[in-house]
Amino acid sequence: MPKVTVDGVEIEVAPGSTVLQACEQAGKEIPRFCYHDRLSIAGNCRMCLVEVSPGPPKPQASCALPVAEGQQIKTDSPMVKKARRGVMEMLLINHPLDCPICDQGGECDLQDQALFYGFDRSRFQENKRAVKDKDFGPLIKTQMTRCIHCTRCVRFATEVAGVEELGAIGRGENMEITTTIGQMVTSELSGNIIDLCPVGALTSKPFAFTARPWELRKTESVDVLDAVGSNIRIDARGSEVMRVLPRLNEAVNEEWLSDKSRFACDGLKRQRLDRPYVRENGRLREADWDEAFAAIAAKLKTMPATSVAAIAGDLADCESMLALKDLMAAVGSPNIDCRQDGAKLDAGARASYLFNATIAGIDDADALLIIGSNPRTEAAVLNARIRRRWLKGKFSVGAIGENVDLTYRAKHLGAGPRTLSDVLEGRDDFARVLEAAERPMIIIGSGAVARDDGAAVLATARAVAEKYGVVKDGWNGFCLLQRAASRVGGLDLGLVPGQGGRDVARILAGAASGEIGLVWLLGADEIDMNRLGSAFVVYQGHHGDAGAHRADVVLPGAAYTEKSGTYVNTEGRVQRANAAHFPLGEAKEDWAILRAMSGVIGKPLAYDNLAQLRARMAQANPVFGRVDAITPATWGPFGAAGAMSDAPFANLVANFYMTDPISRASVTMARCTELLGPNKGATGTHG
Amino acid sequence: MSAEPQTFAFSAENKAKADAIIAKYPAGRQRSAVIPLLDLAQRQNGGWLPRAAIAHVAEMLELAEIRVWEVATFYTMFNLEPVGRTCIEVCTTTPCWLRGSDAIVAALEDEVGVHLGETTSDGAITLREVECLGACVHAPMFQIGDDYFEDLTAEDVRAIVADIKAGRSPKPGSRIGRPGAAPASGPKVLTGKKA
Ligand code: SF4
Ligand code: FES
Ligand code: FES
Repeated sequence: MPKVTVDGVEIEVAPGSTVLQACEQAGKEIPRFCYHDRLSIAGNCRMCLVEVSPGPPKPQASCALPVAEGQQIKTDSPMVKKARRGVMEMLLINHPLDCPICDQGGECDLQDQALFYGFDRSRFQENKRAVKDKDFGPLIKTQMTRCIHCTRCVRFATEVAGVEELGAIGRGENMEITTTIGQMVTSELSGNIIDLCPVGALTSKPFAFTARPWELRKTESVDVLDAVGSNIRIDARGSEVMRVLPRLNEAVNEEWLSDKSRFACDGLKRQRLDRPYVRENGRLREADWDEAFAAIAAKLKTMPATSVAAIAGDLADCESMLALKDLMAAVGSPNIDCRQDGAKLDAGARASYLFNATIAGIDDADALLIIGSNPRTEAAVLNARIRRRWLKGKFSVGAIGENVDLTYRAKHLGAGPRTLSDVLEGRDDFARVLEAAERPMIIIGSGAVARDDGAAVLATARAVAEKYGVVKDGWNGFCLLQRAASRVGGLDLGLVPGQGGRDVARILAGAASGEIGLVWLLGADEIDMNRLGSAFVVYQGHHGDAGAHRADVVLPGAAYTEKSGTYVNTEGRVQRANAAHFPLGEAKEDWAILRAMSGVIGKPLAYDNLAQLRARMAQANPVFGRVDAITPATWGPFGAAGAMSDAPFANLVANFYMTDPISRASVTMARCTELLGPNKGATGTHG
Repeated sequence: MSAEPQTFAFSAENKAKADAIIAKYPAGRQRSAVIPLLDLAQRQNGGWLPRAAIAHVAEMLELAEIRVWEVATFYTMFNLEPVGRTCIEVCTTTPCWLRGSDAIVAALEDEVGVHLGETTSDGAITLREVECLGACVHAPMFQIGDDYFEDLTAEDVRAIVADIKAGRSPKPGSRIGRPGAAPASGPKVLTGKKA
């Protein structure tokens, strides 16, 4: 390991590090604009200058300079200070002095660094250059006169997002960052370039001019709009979520966030349920909690317990799901299911529904078979990790399902289960690839098992995994990619039909035939409401979406930004979301609603506060005892042998921007759907 | 003057040339052919590169359009807007300027009747100012198409423009006939016969 001296202190650094990294290791902060540790090195802003000897007698860009044994690095010599001041003065020549009207103000690298290296007046007499703003689409506001040409945005789009849509045209003073003429940025990760842009050239369009960063209350939480469990920071003012930003978690989302998770937050302000409703003479009317509970209790009395059923939706937190399960048990009904989509997942075999390799494990895999999944729309941030792995090389990807652009090269093997059988029987060449790999990985989409032959598909995938060494000592590459934030938690808590109970399909069938008289929907909006027949429907949730419209009683719950809740992501990581503000109006935290209901029917649940409830959770399944950790699942048999149909695996995320009640209520997401969604340009404004 | 065409495709002859250019590069490095291909497209298209041509080259080389667009906008030799049938690019960088490029520009503007950066209304001639073309030793100079015209005087400029207007091809090279970057007063070294 080379030894270098930074400002007189000798340190040892990993070979291949840059001088900038060495300085950081020595605790010296190096100012920078273009360098970013997750992007390739560009070395174009020159802000990171240091003095290095031996070497030419001039300051050197530390971000692009490899360390060498015996280097003497100075980060605060007069030469360095003067050089950095010079660079800053050059950068400011063409940068507008518009911080008071710039949304980046307060969190701007240029502003911060100008404070240290800037001069208090300009020596520049000429006109500043002005650059036309570009149309980057509905999410990113551009103010290109502010751009300092660090090319972080270009490198992110090209390298991480895998879409070559941004570029730098012209040169010298005329250089401009732009998209291909007339095109918008279409990547599902595009919002990250807002965070990356060190100045106010790229800012959030929906957030424009709404708040200053320092006036926002920041709450660390987790995202629930997909099953990745990205770590987020919620910035709120009063009871309004102003924006959502990613929070660093190397094992999950690193520092990225998908556009839906970032921008759907305006959906939290629309279509909200903020008071109970009961249906009277065919119409929902406002009611108070007592009335609503009484209506449900009265209805419950009219039917046997086996006529009662409950379905948990995709955004439900574990606390409320357990409370729902306990409530159903108290009522005496075995009809409960958390698999809205009808996925044939087995709550008894945890390895069957987890992304066993873990998200970080993608980095270690050396071959990948994707079955009936489009990770790009189902888990955009996770897909970026697959892409990064692919970029490193020696990583073959094969895909069975719809032939889509995943941002990396994937060999399309076929569309449906027959191809999966071919792989299993070794008739498909990809079998060789899996065989030859040391750590092969299988990603199977939740959609691939949400079909009538789902159990057989699952069993076949398991057979493939076992045959080709996807599961072996020290490596479990069998990965079920969930789409719903609640799913793993629900299965971990056993929200599946009890003895003789009905699953979602049979609950719906029972409702249609009249055997099911009451259905409790805990934020379940993705089922076909028309199939609920004449059942009495209780909708507990936060948005006036499909479920609330069909409901006979509406119980207003809290959205994920309004409650402290536990979620388990697709890899089985138990994480806690925190409330950024109180539930709206008369709405309550969901577990408390269920607890209150149990009291009304005289069968109170055995917990009065979150701590007790969480203790009960850990008791129900020990995985909940370890927050922010993954409890690996043991391998065992799952799925069921049977015939698989020939129907191709369908892409279940028809529109990435709208998948749940929150994003469906979001104006921003509606705009994205219109301009970037699958039927974009239907209005004829672009193209 | 022609507006942006909707489509562009290489002629059969140029397609063959393009394929030959691409074949020069090792497999997987076809993108290296981007500059010669853009040049070919520009020549085929009367001296300028329409968007459709950029898209066509991108498609041929399996590159994102923006990547080719970056190259096309980086080099001043690529014209992204229509130019006159003859494009006169006059150097005004320091050595040429010291040797009288101001007078060359004045004579050009006077003779052609437009300013630098403009095209005559009949679309015949475009005048353009460029930076050093690497022929400083023969300053002042300008370039027309692939040819350099060097050691210019105002009279030379008038003669050359007259030739162009009359449809003749002016003779390129040094107007005072000095060869191989020798001093104006004749070669000073390597004057002896070969041994
Ligand atoms: S827009 Fe921002 S991120 Fe992109 S090059 Fe300019 S300053 Fe850098
Ligand atoms: S950070 Fe080193 S040159 Fe920009
Ligand atoms: S300065 Fe004119 S050719 Fe170099």
